[in-house]
Amino acid sequence: MKEEVNLVYIYDGSLEGFLCCVYSSYAYKQMPSRIATTRGQSQLFEDTEWIKTDFSHAGKVYDSIGLKVGPEAQDYVREAFLTCMPDKEMLIFRFIRMAYRHGRKILGCLTDEPMCTINKGILHLKREAHLLMGLIRFHVYDKVMVACITPKNQVLPLIANHFADRYPGEVFMIYDKTHHMALVHNHEGCVLTAMEAFDLPPVDDSEKVYQLLWQRFHETIAIEERRNPGCQMNMMPKRYWKNLTEFQ
Amino acid sequence: MDIYEKLTILSDAAKYDVACTSSGVNRSGRPGMTGNATAAGICHSFAADGRCISLLKVLMSNACVYDCKYCVNRVSRDTPRTSFAPRELADLTMAFYRRNYIEGLFLSSGVLRDPDYTMEHMLEAITLLREEYRFNGYIHVKTIPGAGEELVRRMGFVVDRMSVNIELPTESGLALLAPQKSASAIMRPMAQISQGVTQNRSELALYRHAPKFAPAGQSTQMIVGATPESDYQILRLSQGLYRTYQLKRVFFSAYTPIVEDNHLPSVRSAPPLLREHRLYQADWLMRFYGFKAEELVSPDRPNMNLAIDPKCHWAVNHMEEFPVEVLTAPYGVLLRVPGIGVKSAQRIIETRAHTRLTFEGLKKIGVVLKRARYFITCAGRTDEYVIMEPDAVLQGLLSLREIEKRTKIDSRQIQIGELGLPEPKITKIDTDDFRFLTEGYPQAALPAPVPRGASYERRSEFGIYI
Ligand code: SF4
Repeated sequence: MKEEVNLVYIYDGSLEGFLCCVYSSYAYKQMPSRIATTRGQSQLFEDTEWIKTDFSHAGKVYDSIGLKVGPEAQDYVREAFLTCMPDKEMLIFRFIRMAYRHGRKILGCLTDEPMCTINKGILHLKREAHLLMGLIRFHVYDKVMVACITPKNQVLPLIANHFADRYPGEVFMIYDKTHHMALVHNHEGCVLTAMEAFDLPPVDDSEKVYQLLWQRFHETIAIEERRNPGCQMNMMPKRYWKNLTEFQ
Repeated sequence: MDIYEKLTILSDAAKYDVACTSSGVNRSGRPGMTGNATAAGICHSFAADGRCISLLKVLMSNACVYDCKYCVNRVSRDTPRTSFAPRELADLTMAFYRRNYIEGLFLSSGVLRDPDYTMEHMLEAITLLREEYRFNGYIHVKTIPGAGEELVRRMGFVVDRMSVNIELPTESGLALLAPQKSASAIMRPMAQISQGVTQNRSELALYRHAPKFAPAGQSTQMIVGATPESDYQILRLSQGLYRTYQLKRVFFSAYTPIVEDNHLPSVRSAPPLLREHRLYQADWLMRFYGFKAEELVSPDRPNMNLAIDPKCHWAVNHMEEFPVEVLTAPYGVLLRVPGIGVKSAQRIIETRAHTRLTFEGLKKIGVVLKRARYFITCAGRTDEYVIMEPDAVLQGLLSLREIEKRTKIDSRQIQIGELGLPEPKITKIDTDDFRFLTEGYPQAALPAPVPRGASYERRSEFGIYI
């Protein structure tokens, strides 16, 4: 397979779209130097090729990973795709190529590149997801609860089950502003959908009361003699604060 | 009094209780109910003192009739008093839980009239939450010392975790500072809960649907630094509690001086945070690393060294056990190497089965080579430039930067005299070797220039604070 120095694959940003890039690369014996989404900027002097998303092609690639290595590798690819690693597409692409070549043996060399970088990315994703399980704040509008988050990784698929399990009887939505995705839950179950924009509407008085109570609790529970803002910020980075009721 | 004021008073009065984790039980949600619980626990926020907020931590009432000297709620203190009505508390818990502010409730109380009366009051609120509001989240209740057996039993079936505070590590300490509480009033419910949990386990084995008794177990808390007990007494006691009552956790709370009393440290003294930190480290070593209290402290060296963490301290004083060969050493031995934790020890065992480990590889696995290099060999070789002489090791471990980082935790804590030297076993080290520790001290001790914090480093490998 020859490398084409300035060939860039452009896809729609979905996992299926990405898998189609892998498909094209094998079908046309091309080796792209970059795989980017339509949201990314294209550079001068690059040959771009738009890869159309075709579910059957994506399915073939996905199944072949399962056959060659096993379901662990499929999970690995899916999780890696949710991360915010720079150039994650090329990292995963390199992993898939190695997986085809080595088969199950690949699972024994997870400390080699590119797996080492991907592992870190996945760890980062999982930590962010775990952190957000605690840091999501719902605003109650009568019978509906809404929360907004701005995570670096696409955490919604990882936290969906937790919240569906926790609030089985509630209608709620968690909106991911960074990735323009929404997790909507009602009595029938959970769906993940794309949503271009959403802002929290103003809350009514009864909701305001609970927000004030929570802010007051948050202030009072700290022990003045042990003040330690550095530690507070380590545990809960500043970039999350803008969505937290207690810091409004 | 409105709910706003009540919450202020009753959370302010509860803030000195340290146990805030929501861990120990996995329970998935149920249709028609609200809530679930995750064994690992979830932190929902962090307060300005850097402590995790996971549960709504409040007192049922601060109108206490006892007079414990160290406590803000003691009867002889002039302060506004109030109590939650059971329904008020249940409403508040549900409202906070729905908005995902909290994992559940942590309820404690001052002694309202007498222990039984107080427990009944608390039980009413919790029964309301569980039965009427169908609350399925986490509940931790602090048992009132002296409460009747039947009440403790009933409470055990509606909550996840129960705890009884030991408060002070010796009976004489209790007699001095908490005259109305006796060691037996504290130990009796502790023993009862422990039996309840064990008995329940066998019932559950027989009938899968038997009601669960305190499924997240019990914990306790000790105040550190209010009375002159040594680390040796404290750690021996915790070890005994883990063994005898199968406690899940022993929490330590650095005494924050709030009242002037000639039996207590003056109000101007700072809480001994670094000592508390070391006690937690030692506790961790006892629970997960197979250390015994007697290995960390002894009657003739009853307090831990504040300048160096207990694991490094132990290792430096037992150089005869090192170096450890990472390619062959069993798990228990790997665990004792500074810089190797539970996770990295497990990974070493997994990886060495099919790959040849190198120092570079160890680093990738998560071993902190900066420390571990002094104590290990890899395929018979030491890392480059490592000299395995005890004093060189200590110098390496206590590099100046390290000390600065440590003093940042809370520089006010280290008194020059307290820095402590390693046991005389290492003959070559004398006080002069430690001058660099004390010399750097005065600047670091000034409160302004270095921000405190970063005490529990949790930097992710990705270079982003998590
Ligand atoms: S019984 Fe509890 S609340 Fe009352 S004074 Fe003693 S420690 Fe404080």
